[in-house]
Amino acid sequence: MPFELDGLTFFYEDKKVIDDFSINFEASKFYGIVGPNGSGKTTLVDLLVNHRQPTEGRINYRGKRLSAYSKSELSRQIALVPQNFYINFPFTVKEIVMMGRYPHIARFAAPSDEDWKIVDAVMEKSKIVEFADRYVTELSGGERQRVVFARALAQNTPVLILDEATSNLDINYTISLLNIAAAGVRDAGKTVIAVMQDINLAAAYCDYLVFIASGRLVIHGPAGKILNSETLRSVFEVEAKVYFEDYSNCLQVVFRR
Amino acid sequence: MRGLKKKLKEATLLQLGLLAALMAGVIIVSTGMGYIKVPAAAVVKVILGRLTGQAHFLAGFDSIIPTVVMDVRLPRILSAAIVGGGLAVSGVVFQGILLNPLADPYTLGVSAGAAFGASLAILLNIGLLGMYSVPLFAFLGATATLVFVIYLSSSGGGITSNNLILSGIIVAAILSAGISFLKYVADEQVSVIIFWLMGSFGSKTWSDVGLTLLFVGLGLAVFIFFARDMNLMSLGDRTASSLGVNTRRVTMILLVTASLVGAVCVSVSGIIGFVGLLVPHMMRLLTGPDNQRLVPVSLLAGAILLLAADTITRAVLPSEIPIGVLTALIGGPFFCYLFRRQHKARKIL
Repeated sequence: MPFELDGLTFFYEDKKVIDDFSINFEASKFYGIVGPNGSGKTTLVDLLVNHRQPTEGRINYRGKRLSAYSKSELSRQIALVPQNFYINFPFTVKEIVMMGRYPHIARFAAPSDEDWKIVDAVMEKSKIVEFADRYVTELSGGERQRVVFARALAQNTPVLILDEATSNLDINYTISLLNIAAAGVRDAGKTVIAVMQDINLAAAYCDYLVFIASGRLVIHGPAGKILNSETLRSVFEVEAKVYFEDYSNCLQVVFRR
Repeated sequence: MRGLKKKLKEATLLQLGLLAALMAGVIIVSTGMGYIKVPAAAVVKVILGRLTGQAHFLAGFDSIIPTVVMDVRLPRILSAAIVGGGLAVSGVVFQGILLNPLADPYTLGVSAGAAFGASLAILLNIGLLGMYSVPLFAFLGATATLVFVIYLSSSGGGITSNNLILSGIIVAAILSAGISFLKYVADEQVSVIIFWLMGSFGSKTWSDVGLTLLFVGLGLAVFIFFARDMNLMSLGDRTASSLGVNTRRVTMILLVTASLVGAVCVSVSGIIGFVGLLVPHMMRLLTGPDNQRLVPVSLLAGAILLLAADTITRAVLPSEIPIGVLTALIGGPFFCYLFRRQHKARKIL
């Protein structure tokens, strides 16, 4: 079991941001974390990658306390595509993707042939080969987001965490990147935990949805069971209709204006 | 792609080799320059003779020449080179961890702290440690300022680069008012204070060389050790952390080390601006932003640049002008040019 969260609580100064959160994340599943702005999704991600530590409760990763892992051990287990991906210095795209291999390369060693092969393959898959040698500071927001995504793929970890990783991408690249993530879940037994703003995308890709509001776990379960108008009304306070769409072969949501 | 990588690596080695050779050349040539001219071959012979203890290398020279070379010029030349290298690498580190291309060793108020400490020592005529009291006070001022700036900018969640820069500016502003006050009450010593503040390598000794070499050497080892982590930190805190960097600890180590290197340089030489800002920028054009290459290349380039500047003021100009003034007068406009050019090319510095 990759993640077991038990009574997870986190205070940011005096404010309770995550409130008694308990859930397990299993291997070979695509999880979608859905909730309103400011509901604590990014904080939850920070806790999962051990960037912040819980005030109360605990997170186990493969049966061991998350905080008991060293940073470098974790970097070989969990990859993160963050929400902000501003890069200050003019590294080339290839250099950035290669940074995803750093956790696997000794501090003073040069990348091996294997590392270069992985970087090439990942750039190919993420369709960024055409600007491999351009400076990352010259790219558009969407292009840069694809580079950051490729960097996380190059890390080649059992767990991939996406924090609104497709927010700047057009629908074509959104689908192609989420397909890559989904293929990893299907073929390599990876765990993907994705914070998503677009409920239709979440419904299309996630096996399992986790609804969060004000730092609390509202409801979780397979998308087919819990994605309905009552859930959306209680979490987002919107009127919506949920139906099965043959064309996309998944649940779809439409909203009342 | 492998070929490209290999070429890049070889290019770095080539750059390092060329710069090292250039530095050795500049050291030898500048040692020969000055009121008493010494041919390059003689300089090499004298140095070799002293190093190996073989007296026959020294045979045939006027007895004043070994003294000029070894006791007067070389200490000054080597301290200029080491300070230049130290300022440049700590500039690289400050720009790297503060994620701000305008940061330099002085951004956090370290120079203002050193200046205040030195002014105080001069004003109060503290003779506690003889000729070392001014550098010592400068160093104490710089470290006290650093500690205070870190305290001011830290909150529960660690320190952010914006907080650090703002705290540095505030503290530096207060300290410069303090320095103005010290100058105002200083009467006769005011010229000594002003002269110290403008920087000089005049009358440096071998112990200055040893001291700076020790700190710059240790600093360099730390910077090279964490160079790869610094690369990751330019992707932002979260990403660096998810790639295995203990960002809080590494930031603190680098911040303190870079500030100490800066503080030692200032306390030995006075305030020399623009080397720490300009050299990393110029070298980044050459090596790219990868700190594993940028740090060693900047070290050598900084050493060459400051040594050349010091030699110009010592041996070329009709009368010596303070080195800090010279570097600012040349470096400032040159930085404007670089900034404008890169800005036009839509490249972030």
